[in-house]
Amino acid sequence: MTRLRTGAFHVGMTLVALLWLGPIAWVVVMSTRSFDDIAANGVGSLPHSFTLDTYRQAWTDGGELQALINSMLVTVPSVLLSLVLAAVAAFALGRYRIPFRRTILLLMLAGNLLPPQILLIPVSKFSELTGLYDTLWALIAVQVGFGLGFYTFVLHGFMRDLPNEIQEAAVIDGAGPGQIFARVILPLTRPALAALGALSFTWIFNDLLWAITVLRTDDKMPVTPALLALQGQFVSSWNVIAAGTVIAAVPTVLVFLRFQKHFVSGLAIGAVK
Amino acid sequence: MTTVAPAERTQQRQPAGTRPRRRSAKRLSPLLVAFVLVPFAVESIWVFWPALQGFWFSLTRWDGLEPPRFIGLDNYTELAGDSIFRGALLNTVIWLVLFGGLSVVGGFGMALLLQKERRGIAFYRAALFTPVVFSLVVTALVWRVFYQPDGLADQLLRAVGLEQLIRPWLADPQTALYAVILPALWRQIGYVMVLYLAGLKAIDPALHEAARMDGANNWQRLWRVTVPQLRGVNAVVLSVIVIDSLRSFDIVWSLTRGGPYHSSELLSTYMYSTAFQSLRLGYGSAIAVVIFVLALAVILGYLVRAFREDDE
Repeated sequence: MTRLRTGAFHVGMTLVALLWLGPIAWVVVMSTRSFDDIAANGVGSLPHSFTLDTYRQAWTDGGELQALINSMLVTVPSVLLSLVLAAVAAFALGRYRIPFRRTILLLMLAGNLLPPQILLIPVSKFSELTGLYDTLWALIAVQVGFGLGFYTFVLHGFMRDLPNEIQEAAVIDGAGPGQIFARVILPLTRPALAALGALSFTWIFNDLLWAITVLRTDDKMPVTPALLALQGQFVSSWNVIAAGTVIAAVPTVLVFLRFQKHFVSGLAIGAVK
Repeated sequence: MTTVAPAERTQQRQPAGTRPRRRSAKRLSPLLVAFVLVPFAVESIWVFWPALQGFWFSLTRWDGLEPPRFIGLDNYTELAGDSIFRGALLNTVIWLVLFGGLSVVGGFGMALLLQKERRGIAFYRAALFTPVVFSLVVTALVWRVFYQPDGLADQLLRAVGLEQLIRPWLADPQTALYAVILPALWRQIGYVMVLYLAGLKAIDPALHEAARMDGANNWQRLWRVTVPQLRGVNAVVLSVIVIDSLRSFDIVWSLTRGGPYHSSELLSTYMYSTAFQSLRLGYGSAIAVVIFVLALAVILGYLVRAFREDDE
């Protein structure tokens, strides 16, 4: 009876896993088929050809290389800057008696919970006003500004709960707040920083809405909006679109595989109360 | 973008009275002031100030070239009679119920099935979780291939003899909205599953043991032990789902742009096309304010919950 149930469980779960991995595998396979093969046998058929030329087309003709560079130019500074700013704010708010610290923290978190729609028009107008419109700087700035509240809130929870004794020892040794932050608190916050780093990397890298709000020129677009443009450029070349899709997915998959544990624990932060 | 639950790590908290607050810092060092003010200023410039402007713009008529002209509540009266807006509002509610409801049911169900460590479990979890790391645009393109005429969906239907159901899934106003919800669910279920897996792991096994001793069967233990113990996770999941639903934009924009004939239009996509394609910035701001008002209750609930524990 239990063996039957175990068998049924595995059969059922294998079907579910297939439902989740099947479409992905299908796209990967399609990215290696030739245009003639798809034209002759249809998108739904099994492959009758193998080529990697699709990747060359997406990479150079489709501008994915430039788009990936743009994505990195935005994502890496945004992640670093967000974490630095959030860490210093969380440190001051969590470890010192700053007046109105709870109100400040509450406001900052509330800002992150706002629906971005309310910000789109003012942010695009403000970036025009400051001359940042259609530059990667605008995208970096808005990504940092919008993400800060949440990162600060999470790091605040971590830093506040660190035992007081280590900080007192540092004070007795004559360390000022700057040194306490850099030498004592920050190293202890590393796991939280890693989790937030992995999460924010995927969020910022995967973003579409902010990019199409503050950018206009095609060759400035990061990978996510560029993928939509690729779809317009290679309308019925499903193999090239598939190759572009794979290229756009690889960086976040790599970050996930590298930081798997941090990533999942980051997602689960707070689900456990 | 997805928002994750806040960190409330009660287990490490010191008893009240020995909170880790510095008493020595009567005069705040300028460094600490800068530590708070600089990030706060950045968020003010890019979030708080724009948000206030957004409310103001919703009371104006504005094409982005001439200065905005104050017109009172005219945009809102126009919204009330706008059938596209009403359709988008209805679709947003459908989205919330179907996308939200099914991702909770699916995610919780999968978490229950996959909570016990056994052979193969890591693989199944990884399979369900994989799409979570993809962008919604990648997800959309994966599914676009699936929905293509003669694509995988049609092939499957033909294989089981249901070819009369075949239709242009994304181009048919009857099916477009649901054809967009499905990929969104595909990506969200793994995420909700991870939240619930973490919650299930935190339940004290002794509770289940005690219930079993009292003769409770699996079903009773699920409803009397597991579900009540997950109250905290449920609150988090609920907030995340509502906020995510109201924000949903990428997947609709990549698959249908709200069409055909606005049949898959959500408030978020209608707001975007009104503002940036029809260049009716005042009217678009009014739609954004409606989205904000819909999200407000959840945002407040989330904030209250996040800060309640600090109130001891």
